Amino acid sequence: MEKSDLLLSSPTSEEILNLKLKSVVIRRKILKMLHLAKSGHTGGSLSIVEILVALYFKVMKYDPKNPDWGNRDRLILSKGHAAPALYAVLAEIGYFQEEELWRLRKLGAPLQGHPDSNKTPGVEISTGSLGQGLGIGSGVALALKLKQNSAMVYVILGDGEMQEGMVWEAIMASGHYKLDNLCAILDNNNLQIDGKVSDIMSIYPVEDKLKAFGWNIITIDGHDFSSIISALTLARTTKGKPTFIIAHTVKGKGVSIFENKAKYHGVAPNDEEFEIAMQELQKQEEDLLNG
Amino acid sequence: MDKKATRDAYGEALVELGKKDPRIVVLDADLSGSTRTAKFAKEFPDRFFNMGIAEQNLMVAAAGFAITGFIPFASTFAIFATGRAWEPIRQSIAYSNINVKIVASHAGITVGEDGGSHQAVEDITLMRVIPNMHVFVPADATETRKVIEKVVEIEGPCYVRTGRSKVPIIFDDNYKFEPGKAHRVREGKDVSIIATGIEVYESLRAAELLKREGISASVVNMSSIKPIDKEIIVEEAESTGRIVTVEEHSIYGGLGSAVAEVLCQSLPAKLKIIGIKDEFGISGKAEELVKYFGLDSESIAREVKRFLNE
Ligand SMILES: Cc1ncc(C[n+]2csc(CCOP(=O)(O)OP(=O)(O)O)c2C)c(N)n1
Ligand SMILES: [Mg+2]
Repeated sequence: MEKSDLLLSSPTSEEILNLKLKSVVIRRKILKMLHLAKSGHTGGSLSIVEILVALYFKVMKYDPKNPDWGNRDRLILSKGHAAPALYAVLAEIGYFQEEELWRLRKLGAPLQGHPDSNKTPGVEISTGSLGQGLGIGSGVALALKLKQNSAMVYVILGDGEMQEGMVWEAIMASGHYKLDNLCAILDNNNLQIDGKVSDIMSIYPVEDKLKAFGWNIITIDGHDFSSIISALTLARTTKGKPTFIIAHTVKGKGVSIFENKAKYHGVAPNDEEFEIAMQELQKQEEDLLNG
Repeated sequence: MDKKATRDAYGEALVELGKKDPRIVVLDADLSGSTRTAKFAKEFPDRFFNMGIAEQNLMVAAAGFAITGFIPFASTFAIFATGRAWEPIRQSIAYSNINVKIVASHAGITVGEDGGSHQAVEDITLMRVIPNMHVFVPADATETRKVIEKVVEIEGPCYVRTGRSKVPIIFDDNYKFEPGKAHRVREGKDVSIIATGIEVYESLRAAELLKREGISASVVNMSSIKPIDKEIIVEEAESTGRIVTVEEHSIYGGLGSAVAEVLCQSLPAKLKIIGIKDEFGISGKAEELVKYFGLDSESIAREVKRFLNE
């Protein structure tokens, strides 16, 4: 299949509403998982919800009944600590039973603290040690080209993660090999664990750096569905270059008490915070349904 | 019994030493809250450097400080310190015998829920194999402080392994730590348990359990894995003839292997190596995982009995 055949139609307003409603459902599940697990990464899971929802509910082709289907698009969650977001989406589309979500991080459970491809269907490869996903993605992209397979490879990275040297080795290799079947998405929430990315170890101006390495750069609001979908469409149609989508996001997005707070990087909601969060999500859902 | 994580003791010791010695600088890789170097960062912001999520650069930058007259402490999780940055440590720190102190936290399975990707069960092996490197695994908070004080005096590269979870404090202030010197923390005549890190406490409890069944076990705290105390190993082999090693680490290349190397070449004795078998860690609560991997006192006592009946 030619890539142009895969051109996405722009989403209708009804579709966008459904994606927004889906995001509320996913956020609720993420928070319930974390709350029950009493540990895990709240902020970085919430910041990629719209990106994952757009990918899995609009853009990517895959078959939950046949996780190894050869023509599937691949997603590599390089920032593996956002596993709860990925798990919530994978359960929603039927890779495994929803009940598994509630055993996150428990002894003997398939859903590990960080994605484990030996234990969880739909996870392409285990991640959690930052900096390795883009290099893996570039290898998959090269391999797909060798097989003349037109599937796309998506890699989601954190902005703190961009400080790893390996990421830049992968950026160089992907630009060098002109991997137009590779699309990296930067969850640019400007927070890492110890503080702001711009204070701890600045990666900025990241667009200019990436451009110099031969990438196609698209900067978007990472919580806005029409921007995300049009960027992902451009990534598919751009020839001769890999695409880096710089998604401006808010860490902890969707629950005001968690938003933009470094503290909630690796802390699960306690009982009280969970209640507040559920009420806020309830309100968001009602507002969406009432137009 | 009071409990404290060894990483907490590290954070406190750094501040104390930082007051006394202006040559001490601290580098971290976006985990200063977890490794507890944040305490030092707060006291001495000018002598603290957050290198971002870039562990290889963390190590070589520390080497740069060392050859310019400072005593750098470089900290991150054990898996990233010894894994991601292994070759920079070998080449730019150990090969030239550079005075860098690598103090890693979150070693072993007591990392807990984060799971196998974050649980270093190979770090002792990885550091022990490098020439010039000292490898120390303190058993509790007191010993951690003593080890950190000692590594400042040592001229040369050191690796210190600390943990995330709270562990009982077994030593008082009179405890003395010497590189290459183990401590016999319990006398016994039927079997010798040589343990390191958090397994020293579990082994002491195991020895109590064994006593109830009429088995007298000595317990040795082998906190200095490299250099290792050959004499005490040989003494134990002579007195009991049966050695059990216990570590929160892979059975390949760690304490068990180090003890085996000594025994085989000095005084062969029957040896049982208790540790994590050929597998990765998993998610779960730290206490649950200690049991799951057979590293709690009951499991140790059971294994010792089985070994004695072989
Ligand atoms: C190699 C490596 N070093 C350190 C860590 C510990 N760690 C986990 S998440 C994180 C911060 C990540 O920040 P960022 O990439 O910005 O992620 P986000 O803000 O999206 O959560 C760190 C340092 C790790 N997982 N891997
Ligand atoms: Mg970030």
